[in-house]
Formats: sequence, C-alpha cells, structure tokens
Amino acid sequence: MRTTYLLSEISQDSKIFGGKATALMRLQEAGFRLPATLCISTEAYKQFISGSSIKEKIQLELHRKKFSDMRWEEIWDAALRIRNLFLRQRMQVELAREISNALEKNFAGNSLVVRSSAPEEDAAATSFAGLHESFVNIRGTEPILEHVKLVWASLWSDRALLYRQELDLDFAKSSMAVVVQELVAGEVSGVTFSINPTDATEGVVEAVYGLNQGLVDGAVEPDRWIFHRKEASIKEHYTPQREKFMAPQGDDVILTGLPENKSLQAPLSPEEAVAIYRKAKKIENVFGKPQDVEWTKVGNDFFILQSRPVTAGQDGDKDDKRGWYLSLQRSEDNLKKLRIKIEQEHFPAMKKEAAELAKIDLRSLSDKGLAGELENRLQVKEKWTAIYWEDFIPFAHGMRLFGKLYNDTVSPEDPFEFVELLSNVPLLSKNRNKALRKIGTYVQQRPDLQHAIAAGGAGAINDAEFNRLMEGFISLYGDPFCGTYGDRTCNVSRDELVSVIMQMAGNSTTEKKSQIGKEANKAELESTFLKISKEGGKRARAEGLLDLARTSYRFRDDDNIVLGRIEEQFFRALEEGRQRLKKRHVDGAAHLTARDVLRSLVDKRYKLSGTKAKETPAKQENQHIKARQLLGQPAGPGISRGRARVIDSARDLALFKKGEVLVCDAVEPNMTFIVPLAAGVIERRGGMLIHGAIIAREYGIACVTGVPNAATLIHTGDEVTVDGYLGIVTVGQLDKTISLPGVGK
Amino acid sequence: MTDKKQLQREIAELLLSQKLAVLATQSSEVFPYASLIAFAATDDLHKIVFSTPKATRKFANIKHNPKVSLLIDDRSNNAKDFHDAKAVTVLGAVERIDIDASQKELASLYLSKHPYLEDFLRSPSTAFIIISVWSYYLVSRFQEVMELHIHDENDIPAF
Repeated sequence: MRTTYLLSEISQDSKIFGGKATALMRLQEAGFRLPATLCISTEAYKQFISGSSIKEKIQLELHRKKFSDMRWEEIWDAALRIRNLFLRQRMQVELAREISNALEKNFAGNSLVVRSSAPEEDAAATSFAGLHESFVNIRGTEPILEHVKLVWASLWSDRALLYRQELDLDFAKSSMAVVVQELVAGEVSGVTFSINPTDATEGVVEAVYGLNQGLVDGAVEPDRWIFHRKEASIKEHYTPQREKFMAPQGDDVILTGLPENKSLQAPLSPEEAVAIYRKAKKIENVFGKPQDVEWTKVGNDFFILQSRPVTAGQDGDKDDKRGWYLSLQRSEDNLKKLRIKIEQEHFPAMKKEAAELAKIDLRSLSDKGLAGELENRLQVKEKWTAIYWEDFIPFAHGMRLFGKLYNDTVSPEDPFEFVELLSNVPLLSKNRNKALRKIGTYVQQRPDLQHAIAAGGAGAINDAEFNRLMEGFISLYGDPFCGTYGDRTCNVSRDELVSVIMQMAGNSTTEKKSQIGKEANKAELESTFLKISKEGGKRARAEGLLDLARTSYRFRDDDNIVLGRIEEQFFRALEEGRQRLKKRHVDGAAHLTARDVLRSLVDKRYKLSGTKAKETPAKQENQHIKARQLLGQPAGPGISRGRARVIDSARDLALFKKGEVLVCDAVEPNMTFIVPLAAGVIERRGGMLIHGAIIAREYGIACVTGVPNAATLIHTGDEVTVDGYLGIVTVGQLDKTISLPGVGK
Repeated sequence: MTDKKQLQREIAELLLSQKLAVLATQSSEVFPYASLIAFAATDDLHKIVFSTPKATRKFANIKHNPKVSLLIDDRSNNAKDFHDAKAVTVLGAVERIDIDASQKELASLYLSKHPYLEDFLRSPSTAFIIISVWSYYLVSRFQEVMELHIHDENDIPAF
C-alpha cells in the first residue's frame, strides 16, 4: 500500500494523513503560498509498527503499573525507553525505499523540516503546539528517515502520554502521519492568532527574526501586536528586548546574537503586521473557525508553514498538574541561566542562612523568643522549599535534555546509558560519607574508644581528637539524623550517628574498585559520543549539553543536601520547643506539629488541635496478603539480597545495619549517608534520575524505584532480592543454592 | 496493591471468568503431572472443586498425595498477554473425595458453572474432588506477584 504523497494527491481524510497535512492541502487549494510538501501517511507508521516487536514492548512499558500511579518522572522514563525502541528499530526496506525515492525526487538534497501530523482522533487533546515533535533543518535521506521515526515515536512522548489519557492509551487508535517540508529560512517568522485565546475581540501577531523555533520553544521573546479583531487594525505593539534569533547552521539550528541594527528595529513594519493578520483571517474563512497560523517571510512574501484551530485554556482545571509538568521542559538557554542563578545565588544564600541559624543558641531564648525563632525557621524552610520546586526541580531537566541528544547520537542499547557519563562526580553526599568514614577509621583503630562509646554513648567521650572530628563534621555537613524525621531529639541522634560511623569504617575498598571500572567505561562512552557529534558538526552543542547535564546531575544531590541543612535548623527549633512543652507535661509533646508548638509556647492555655495517631492500619488488614514479587523501575543496575529495613522514622535509620536493604517511601535528603551501607535500595517514589537512584548508582548499589506501596508491602526483616537490572523486587527467602550474579551465597 | 479485598476480588473475578484450570499432581514417581480440568471455586475462595473419572492418573496421584497445585489464567495466546494477561497459581490439598454425592451445595455450584457435565458428574465412575486452598499467587503486569493466604500452611488437613 502506498505511503508517500504529494500534497496535491492527498484526500481530506485526517485518519490517513493527519490534521496538519489535510489543513495544508486545503490552504494550497485556496491559493496560499506554501513550502514544497510531502506527506507520509499513517499507513507507513502502521507498516513500521506491525513488522516489529515494538508494539508489545510499548504496551509492556506502559503497563508496568497503573498509569495514574506513574509520576511524571516515570512517564518521562517510559517515553525515553519507547523513543529508543523506535531509534533502534530499522525501517523495513520496502518502506524506506518508497519514502527515500519520493524525498530524492521532490527535494534533491535540500534542508527539510519533518513535522508530526496527528490524526483527528487526537485533535481534542493534542491540537495545541508542541505535543508531538517537529525537526528543523534536516538534510540527507538517511537522517530524514531517522527523524520520521522520531516523529512517530513522539506519539508516545511524555507530553503526548500525559494528554492522551483520554484515549486510554489505546494502541489500536494510535497512529501518526508525517509532513516533510522544504525549509524556507525566512528573515522573519512568527505566529498569528486570528482570535486572541484570552480575548475574543482581539487578534495577535507575534514575530521574531530568523526561524520561529525560537518563538515556539520560548528561547526568543517576540514582538507582539494586538489587533482589533473586527477592524483588523493594530491596537497595541509590545516591544521586547531583542537579543537573539534562531538560524540554521550546518545540520543544526542555533541561537545567535542579533546584530545591533536589527535589535533596534521591529521585525515587521505595521503594514506587514496588518498584512499577515489579514492573511490569518482569510485562513480562518477557509476553515470556518479561528486559526493559529505559523508563517515565515521571504522578501515581501509570506509562506504559510502550518495552521490549526485556536485552542484556549490548555491547562484545564486547577488540579490538572500537566501544565506545570510541561513547564519543566526548559530550553538549553533557559537552563544555562538557571544554573547561574542556582550556583551563584541560591546555594550560597542557603548555606549562609543555615549557618546563621546554627549560630543561635536556642536554649538561651525565652519561650516567646523560641516561638518567634520557630516561626522564622518555618518560613525560611517554606521559602526554600518553594524555590526548590520552582528552580531546582526544573533544572533537573538538563539531564533529560542531554539524554535525548545522547540517544539520538549514539542510539545505545540501554536508553539510560547516558547516565554513566554523568555519574562519578564529586557529590556533596559522597564527600559527607567520606568524612564519616574517616571518623570511622579513627575509631576503629582505637579499641579503648570503641569500648567507651559502647559503654557510655558518644556524649561521654573525652578523646579530644574524636570530639574535634565530630564537631568538624557537624559544622560542615550538619547532623544527618537531626532533621530527617521529627520524632527524635537531635541530642540522641549523636549516638546514632556514631553507630553508623562504626559500620562505615572499612567500607572503602569495594567502592574504589567499582569506581576504577566505571571511570574507564565513562571515558570510552564520552569519547564515542563526542566523536560522532564532531562528525555531524555538533560537537560544541554536545559538549555544552554534557556539561549542563553533569551540573544538573550533581545539583540533584547538592540541592537536597543544602535543603536538608535548612530543614535541620527548623527541626532543631521544633525539638527545643517540644522538649520545653514536655517539661510542662503537655500531652504528646514529642509529636506536636510546629504550629501547635508555636502556639503552646506563647499561650499556656492554648488548646491543642489534636495529634493524629501515626500507626498505619494497613498493616493489620494485610495479615493474609503478602507481596512476593513487585515491579518497579530498574534505576541502579545490580542484583543483591538482604534483610529489609523499612524506614519510617529516624529510629529505623539508626538501627540500619550494613548489608541490609533500604526500603523507603522516598530517599530523603538527609538519608543518603546510610546508602553506602545498604546492599540494595527500594523506593516507592519512581524515576531513573531521582536523588535516591543517583546516589545508589554512585555507589554501584542495586536500586529499584517506583515500587507502589514498597514501605507497606515490605516489612523490616523480610528477606528481599533487589534486581536492579529488571526492576523487580522479590520478597521472601530464595533457595540458598540458587546463585545470583554478583551476590554471595 | 495493598488492599486485601481488592486482591480477593481480582482473584475471584479471574476464577469466575475461566472454566478450565491446569492441575498439577504428584505420584510416588519423580515427575509432577499436569492435566486440564473443569473447575469451580467458592465465593470465599476457600474451596475449589472439580470432577474426574476414578481411573485417571490424576485421581491415583491424589490418593497417593493430596497436595496439589492449580494454574488458572486468562491468556489469549497473543503478544498482548505479556502486559494484559493474569494468572493465578493455587496451592492446596484435597480435603475430600466425594463419592456419594453428599456435598450437594458444592455440586450444584459446580454444575451451575458446567451444566453440560451433569451426566459426567452423576456417573458412578466419577469422583467429585474438593480442594481446600492454602494460598493464591496472582501474577499480573508480566511480573507482579501478590500472595493471598487462606489457611496457614501448618494446618494441613488430615487425609
């Protein structure tokens, strides 16, 4: 069956040619000027899918757990795996030949744009820009075929998955056509809305110098003209700071500085703005509904690149977090700015604030003074938590941006191979753990000191060097127990810290060994990646993104540690308050919330709002139900076996023994010091690039994340096997005669 | 899945949707022996019943060793089974071999599911077998396994 058509040959059936292609066909018929265009029908997608195992692999990927249980990180991970399936699957010879012949006949080696053209069933959910992918400035038959595959894969992109839940991800209903157009590199490009999505009496023209990719992905701020819709006359013109523009370069599209004469001049004259607005209104007449029209200007001529119905209110209701999620996907330029902000402003400010708070002697404060201090710390904590969500979480997207580039370049068997290139960097938590180990070694060499600790706790030690080391550690990194959970006093935690230190001593050799192998592999992967990038003329971008991704990886740990120090200061004040209330015999003082502590400190007659019992009823109910094998994500390669230690409180953390498997809801910032002692890590929170997974990978520890209800289905003392290759956790004893790779019997 | 009721419901639905099960028995010989049987399960999931001619190998095996295992699944023999199919493995022991049709309630449960087996069940050469279930192991999503324990394994019925 034929798959590739000229625009003049296609029908209006959007199920076969997709919305974009059929719209372009109608525009061509109406006499608008368009770039030369080919359409690859959904039949091609179907042929590609049916001849391979991709179909079931996608289904397996999307059914690992209930879709509604998947966090956005996991959706991204799934989408990356699916994208890699498309990258690695060769197109059938017949199909490739038909598309190649049409490309060569019609475009003769010109630079092209490869765009998605989703069928109408998708239109309701996906008609706004950027849900599926488009690629600009692609040259040569092979690269174009590769990008056709990427457009097909974008049917299963994270963005698309989020918005296609309405379709229940029905495989049978999912298909994708592709539009291939000649790249018309106009001097000015833009988007025109025949109706303003936020005001029906208006229309909008947005224009930038160069290609409009800069406008679409937000890297270049456009000039904006607001129109009276009825009269098609200019109402207002907003002028941005014109600094950059997008231009094709080699096989790429890059952001470049704008020459001064252009930065002072609007990209369109008022007459030109009116001309393109009127054109959009004519296009609206063709389709009978308001349109969002993408165009580019060459000389005095406007080429129409695509047109689609205007959609309003993309974010849906307030509980719909998809809009927020999509805002996490930042451009490289945006991330670079964010990096400077985090590195030069946020981190130093957070460290300074934590250090200043640490100087305050809480015990010397009056009750009222302590209440004030607690209120202050609560606010400081909330402030930084908000910044964490606003800036730190989006910055993690740097890893993802690089991951895509790496996979496009190298097409690796393992879609997460790129993480190897990011790992083995000096993370704050690794430095902290090294410092702990140093103290451990000191204690280990002194049996007297060990006896003293065992007999009287760390508080009663008069070994000056030991005390100096401990103080030094705490002043540099804080007390990781204090602040992790609010159920322990920070004083008790000192003994617990020492118990961890004792176990940590002598843990260094395995780590070193595993790192030597890792380094060699990392260097090899990096050199292959950069070599291929160089051949494609994209080395500078590759290096830039690699650097950004490494920073993003490192910050994923550092931001958690620094935020942990702020939280520690908050908990210290909270603990001091609880202690004072305990002395006053206030009921349940040890578990009061910050608000209750605050009020009770200043008002002796304050009636407590009542504390909730923390015990989970779920465990009782489950006496007859038991998990045997649980599915998660393979977030840290390796396989290991050990007794589970479920972390519900700091006490559980303190009881952690070397060789146990860490089971938790989420690896909290201040929990990472325990990871080097663990045989494996199991986490409810899912994702390949989340903090816990990064730490586990750094230490070469098997890790499975995204196990629903991990901390309730697995109990402390259960024997568990963590399969970090497949993302499977097996609960219960295995026959000891079965040997697992890398696990001692 | 942390909810016992939900797990029970999923297992009950699977048992109700399927007419046939694979039964594994073991004789004094070395090999386990698998056969296809028409079964029915009680609503509380405590019992599974089936019928068999007394001259069969499975009947002989049960007489020798009452411990059995069953597999019930909803596969369709398509690639989609890998993400879509569910299977439950059952462990239990035959608690009674009813040869005098005294288990009327269970027999009518069986016949309401398999009305075409009425003559077969009434035949003097047929035995009606009642299995007391110890545990279910439900496999879904390709690799997720949840256990539902009905009886303690130490409560092996005397037979």
